[in-house]
Amino acid sequence: MDRVPLVDYLVLDDEPHLVAHECRGCGARYFDRRCACANCSGQEFRDVEVQRVGTLRTFTIVAFAAEGVKVPYVAGVIDCGGTAVRGNVVNVPPDPDQVRSGMKVRLTTVSVGVDPTGVEAVGFGFEPID
Amino acid sequence: MAENVWILGIHMTRFGKYRDKDAVDLGAESALAAMADAGVTMQDIGVLSAGNLLGSVGFGQALQKQIGQTGIPVYNVGNACATGATALRVAVMAIKAGECDMGLAVGVEKLSGAGLLTGNARKEEGGPWVREGRFGEVAPLDGLIGTETMPGIFAQIGMEYAHRYGGADFELFARISEKNHAHSTLNPKAAYQKRMSLEEIMNDVMIAYPNTRAMCSANCDGAAAAVLVGEGKLRTLSQDQQRRAVKISASVLTSDPWRDGCQVLPDINTLTRQAAETAYEQAGIGPEDLDLVELHDCFASAELVHYDNLGLCEPGGAVEFFRSGAPWRGGRLPVNVSGGLQSKGHPISATGIANVWEVATHLRGEAGPRQIEGARVGLAHVIGLGSACGVHILEKAAV
Repeated sequence: MDRVPLVDYLVLDDEPHLVAHECRGCGARYFDRRCACANCSGQEFRDVEVQRVGTLRTFTIVAFAAEGVKVPYVAGVIDCGGTAVRGNVVNVPPDPDQVRSGMKVRLTTVSVGVDPTGVEAVGFGFEPID
Repeated sequence: MAENVWILGIHMTRFGKYRDKDAVDLGAESALAAMADAGVTMQDIGVLSAGNLLGSVGFGQALQKQIGQTGIPVYNVGNACATGATALRVAVMAIKAGECDMGLAVGVEKLSGAGLLTGNARKEEGGPWVREGRFGEVAPLDGLIGTETMPGIFAQIGMEYAHRYGGADFELFARISEKNHAHSTLNPKAAYQKRMSLEEIMNDVMIAYPNTRAMCSANCDGAAAAVLVGEGKLRTLSQDQQRRAVKISASVLTSDPWRDGCQVLPDINTLTRQAAETAYEQAGIGPEDLDLVELHDCFASAELVHYDNLGLCEPGGAVEFFRSGAPWRGGRLPVNVSGGLQSKGHPISATGIANVWEVATHLRGEAGPRQIEGARVGLAHVIGLGSACGVHILEKAAV
């Protein structure tokens, strides 16, 4: 089946990973399309691979969201070797006793759905490392 | 050195649900009441700054058509939840710049029944995947890559503080909310004046852990307005006007300086700390001089971090500050004696002026049963996510 990544900073190869745009001037990293660096205003960037394992910096368990968003789920910020990444924590019960800041997690992929042409969109999440 | 600016008159409507009044009606009610409080009319006003996020473009002009079209410049301002503070600040700047000696700032929102303020609702499913937006996303990202809901974002901010410094858990966040709901019982202008027990708060509907519904700001309708005057002009007015005037000792607006990760999870701390530091420097006073604080408790988890950001405690000491009882109305430094956004309500654009109204009313000694006795100095803080932070420090008149 053909697959597309949910976002263009997710690379779906044998070892799926995230790619950040790193400012050549100051090293600040971003995931969105850039005009210039928000830190130093530099305009030159290079793409860098983001570490696939990290530490959960903070989280919430979203129980109430917009229509169509499946709840409850764990949303958080993961420190991947110094790069902050927003993502869901998956493969863990959405229970405050099961999730804790500081826990080690690793990148994994999550299916978002299949469109009428048979193409699957694939997103990402972070799962606890046992 | 630009001259000092004072609040000559100020008003907030009762916050709640107004079925028969639109944003212009509410804004007009508050603007007219603020001018009556100041003892002036539209003929005296040299600048109007107005905020109403959910209304029409040109809200300020619509307001003028109801209260007085005098040809003065109108600034329609928008800065998320800091819109009211921004309106106030525009009037302050106009007076300091010497363009006029009196200004009117108005903030209004009709927010009853608005529900969850979130990033995006799911789009209709069915078509082929199409890349859109700055992330080249093929579907809305809220819920797929973290959360874009306000309760979820502020929950993470509180949880990050809890993890870094320890001592804060679900119960502690709920106790902050318990304080604000208790305070609201003395405020007849609050949208909700119901005391809630810790159990009721913790067992309320969970929105985004650790924030239950009772720990979230209340959507409601409301308006607030202020008449500002330059010190030179104030000295030409009556003794009674001068006695009730409240000095704006500091008026500061900041945006988000870049910090690592601030585009992943909004950093509401750095810009608040910078606003507070600048405000204390402008006013020449420190947090130890404050008699009361109205801070932006859009969620219980936000109030905790702002104790620290505003310097009300030692760095890392917000939990201890709260546990000491300091921010209760009988405590060392009462915080949100109005009931805060969680019970008084949060009609977005009105909030940044309503907080100033609360502080000013105490400094005038006119707060009735909830008066903080002997209040001479107070601080009002708001933050609009994205971000904009407004801090105003107010002082009682010496005359």
